[in-house]
Amino acid sequence: MEKHVTLIALFAALIAALGLIPQIALPFGVPITAQSLGIMLCGTVLGAKRGALAVLLFLLLVALGLPLLAGGRGGLGVFTSPTAGFLVGFPIAAFVTGLITEKWRKGPLAVSAGVASVIGGIVVLYLFGIGGLSLVLGKSVPEATMLVAAFIPGDILKAAIAGMLTAALAKARPASVLSRA
Amino acid sequence: MISLTSPVRTRAHDWPAGAKLAALCVVTVLLFKAQSLWIHAGVFAGMLVLYRLPGPVFFRAGLRALRVLWPFVVMLALYHLVTWTPYAGGVILLRMVTAVGLATLVTMTTQLSDLIAVVRWLATPLRALGLKTAYLETAIALVIRFTPVLLTKGTKLIDAWRARSPRRPGWRIILPFTVLALDDADHIAEALRARGGFDAMKE
Repeated sequence: MEKHVTLIALFAALIAALGLIPQIALPFGVPITAQSLGIMLCGTVLGAKRGALAVLLFLLLVALGLPLLAGGRGGLGVFTSPTAGFLVGFPIAAFVTGLITEKWRKGPLAVSAGVASVIGGIVVLYLFGIGGLSLVLGKSVPEATMLVAAFIPGDILKAAIAGMLTAALAKARPASVLSRA
Repeated sequence: MISLTSPVRTRAHDWPAGAKLAALCVVTVLLFKAQSLWIHAGVFAGMLVLYRLPGPVFFRAGLRALRVLWPFVVMLALYHLVTWTPYAGGVILLRMVTAVGLATLVTMTTQLSDLIAVVRWLATPLRALGLKTAYLETAIALVIRFTPVLLTKGTKLIDAWRARSPRRPGWRIILPFTVLALDDADHIAEALRARGGFDAMKE
């Protein structure tokens, strides 16, 4: 029990740290903040339930006023801002990502975790994100989609990286990759 | 670590955190229901007065916290000028800024410990069902303690990369970074168990 609680807490801290460390470069030199990569890793490493709990814990601390979102944002204001839909989608994205990683056990982990990250961390997350944008900004869904379409290629790269990282972590620390424990 | 709370102590700090949160919820729901530009302009003006009351230092800190909205403000303004729907644009713009502004106001004027007390109170029904909320409270403390620790470790990894490579630090550093977090989790779990673990915690 202690180990599960500390893993959930440390992954919540990891999401924050990934959003706050100076930007790192993706392949092809695209600079990113790695916060959404943290959301994907929560699912692929901790599994559906614990991954979602880690993200919820992270969001709770953001709501309590800690500046943990990328760029040092936080507080209750981010939950009424145009990007609030993405925050609502975070735990669900981690849950779906984790669920797919847990259930799909054939073939290499890098592939299943990568595909899970695309479905959970991009498809599910953007459904909520675009819904939130269109609600707060009072625009139609296609218009809201146009606003965020530019970020999707970068997120596909992140999903591929999440897949590779999960496979590498399963080799380095097999006991801690709960989605396959 | 920096915090988003106000640099000066205001009268609103003494108001109960639960009441502020409840009021915020009600006002936000009403804002999304109201369609009249005048109502939105009125609430927006009221919000500005609230920001100005505690003095200029507080006002500037508040404006800094709302800076992230600028791109959306510019984009909305352009869109509604091009499509020439100024009334609808005004309603949407004012509603967005007021909703974020009021929520930020609550964050700025409420201490972290007061908000955690509200969370503990909200978790009361869970305790009545026999769930241990001590897990949650331990986890909150762990995240607050370990975010700066991980941040330091991540920055050191980036420095180590920079010392060895002319290229920007790449995504490869995330693997050792995550391994460090996993190992920390192991060590903390062991330390908690060595002190009796969650069984030893009193509700």
